[in-house]
Amino acid sequence: MSELTTPSVVPLPRLGRWLLPVVPVLLLLGYLVLMDNGAVSQMGDYLHELMHDGRHLLGVPCH
Amino acid sequence: MIRALLVRGLLAGLLAGLVAGGFAFLFGEPRLEQAIALEEGHSHDRSPAGEQGHEHGEEAVVGRPLQKAGLFLATGLYGVAAGGIFALVYAGLRNRVGPRSDGGLALAAAGTGFVATVLVPFVKYPANPPAVGDPGTITGRTLLYVVMVLVGLAATAVAVATARRVTGGPWARWSAAVAAFLVPVVAAWVLLPAVDEVPEGFPATLLWEFRLASLGTQLVFWTALGVLFGLLAERAARPSAVPA
Repeated sequence: MSELTTPSVVPLPRLGRWLLPVVPVLLLLGYLVLMDNGAVSQMGDYLHELMHDGRHLLGVPCH
Repeated sequence: MIRALLVRGLLAGLLAGLVAGGFAFLFGEPRLEQAIALEEGHSHDRSPAGEQGHEHGEEAVVGRPLQKAGLFLATGLYGVAAGGIFALVYAGLRNRVGPRSDGGLALAAAGTGFVATVLVPFVKYPANPPAVGDPGTITGRTLLYVVMVLVGLAATAVAVATARRVTGGPWARWSAAVAAFLVPVVAAWVLLPAVDEVPEGFPATLLWEFRLASLGTQLVFWTALGVLFGLLAERAARPSAVPA
């Protein structure tokens, strides 16, 4: 963690190498939790039903 | 450094999501149950052909007890996803934009994240309990909601870029930033199509309380994310905290 002590900026190309693989995976996770109704998961309504209360209370359109 | 921040973001996000799940369980679930009771009461009026919704009763795919456990699964996983993306954005901002201390930047970034991704869409397309919303329009409503989130994020980026270009004191920079944020956001609020699918006779008080509980859930999440991530980042940045 010693790199965190230096008041330097993260070079943007280095950040890009993390953004590129990580952000799509996390967006897919967010999509599956908040929005999938079977189109991507191929699980029919299962994710919708399992995440049902969370979707409503996190404020995402549910049904 | 990026890996250190990302790991802390995922962890802070998971914890913040579970805390928000606890808030939602205490303050949201009672309203959700009331709305489901109303939905069950009305469901016999609907024609079977138009019924694309789901069942909350005995023959449901996922019963109510599992859906309540699923609440914590949903808020926890939402927290992981939001926390990870938050950490990477934070890594890009660190020592470039905003407060120079980790705790200060974490709180400022989390507050901005709440406004951009929750408050902006909520004003136009507020949260709805079960029984509100036509299942046939879910795809269109979800798209509009995503557009509103993207507008909030884009307006935030424009506001930050504007503030950095404006010369002068803090007053001038803040005014320019707020204006650059509000113009696209208010335009989207006015121009995007309205959604009004509240069934006739749905109790207004219940709708209001559900929406407050939903907004509170997100407020708890973003506050907890900012505080926890700030604590973890500060600890990691302290020289004495470096493990052997």
